[in-house]
Amino acid sequence: MSEDETRNKEKMNTPQSSNFRPGAMLPNASISRKLREFYDAVQEEGIPDRFLDLLERLEEAEKSAKSVNAK
Amino acid sequence: MTTDQENDDRAFKRDLLASLPNLRAFAVSLTGRHDKADDLVQDTIMKAWANQKSFTAGTNMRAWLFTILRNEFYSQMRKRGREVQDSDGLFSERFSVHPEQYGRLDLQDFRKALDTLPDDQREAIILVGAAGFAYEEAATICGCAVGTIKSRVSRARTRLQEILGVSGEGDFGPDPGDAAITARAFGS
Repeated sequence: MSEDETRNKEKMNTPQSSNFRPGAMLPNASISRKLREFYDAVQEEGIPDRFLDLLERLEEAEKSAKSVNAK
Repeated sequence: MTTDQENDDRAFKRDLLASLPNLRAFAVSLTGRHDKADDLVQDTIMKAWANQKSFTAGTNMRAWLFTILRNEFYSQMRKRGREVQDSDGLFSERFSVHPEQYGRLDLQDFRKALDTLPDDQREAIILVGAAGFAYEEAATICGCAVGTIKSRVSRARTRLQEILGVSGEGDFGPDPGDAAITARAFGS
């Protein structure tokens, strides 16, 4: 992120700078946005039931193991 | 009576659940498909559960889970000797799962570009750019130096820019000269 900030500053200070690449900021910003869009789309699917069931089964198994040990 | 152990167990399960959507998104990024990703997440949950005692309460559960999942992924890949990837099935599967509002082709192009990255660069940019980890955390998860993560992220960015710049804006947008003039004119 600090890279981007540095680049931003350079750009503001030297708008006519010859090493300013046309549209350089745009693709960078859209790549970050796309990356998060793709990632968030999966996150927003929530937690599939199979995992909730699995956790319940693991918990049950642990409980019954404990009660067997206690006896 | 509620013991400390029971409280820890409950906190463990709660934090595990809270981390699952993010963990699953990481699994999809690594495997490229939902069915494989979910198998990987399931293995990770079982591993994490079995190793509950090795987790120190109060430390970063998310980073711990990501580390387990990542190790599991690479050890499975090594065992299978890198199955042939069915890219066509891969993209059509993604298509059917994500008929969301944003441009489908857009996102599909992005996925394709992401898939051309070497594994180490892809995971680095995902961890830092999407999963919300600091460089230091990403380095711990991947078991490498912070500087290595930084350079992988930066190489991944450059490569994605090249790929998407050429196949996207470059093809249909204004030519670079015009873009520069426009950019200057609008002071952006």
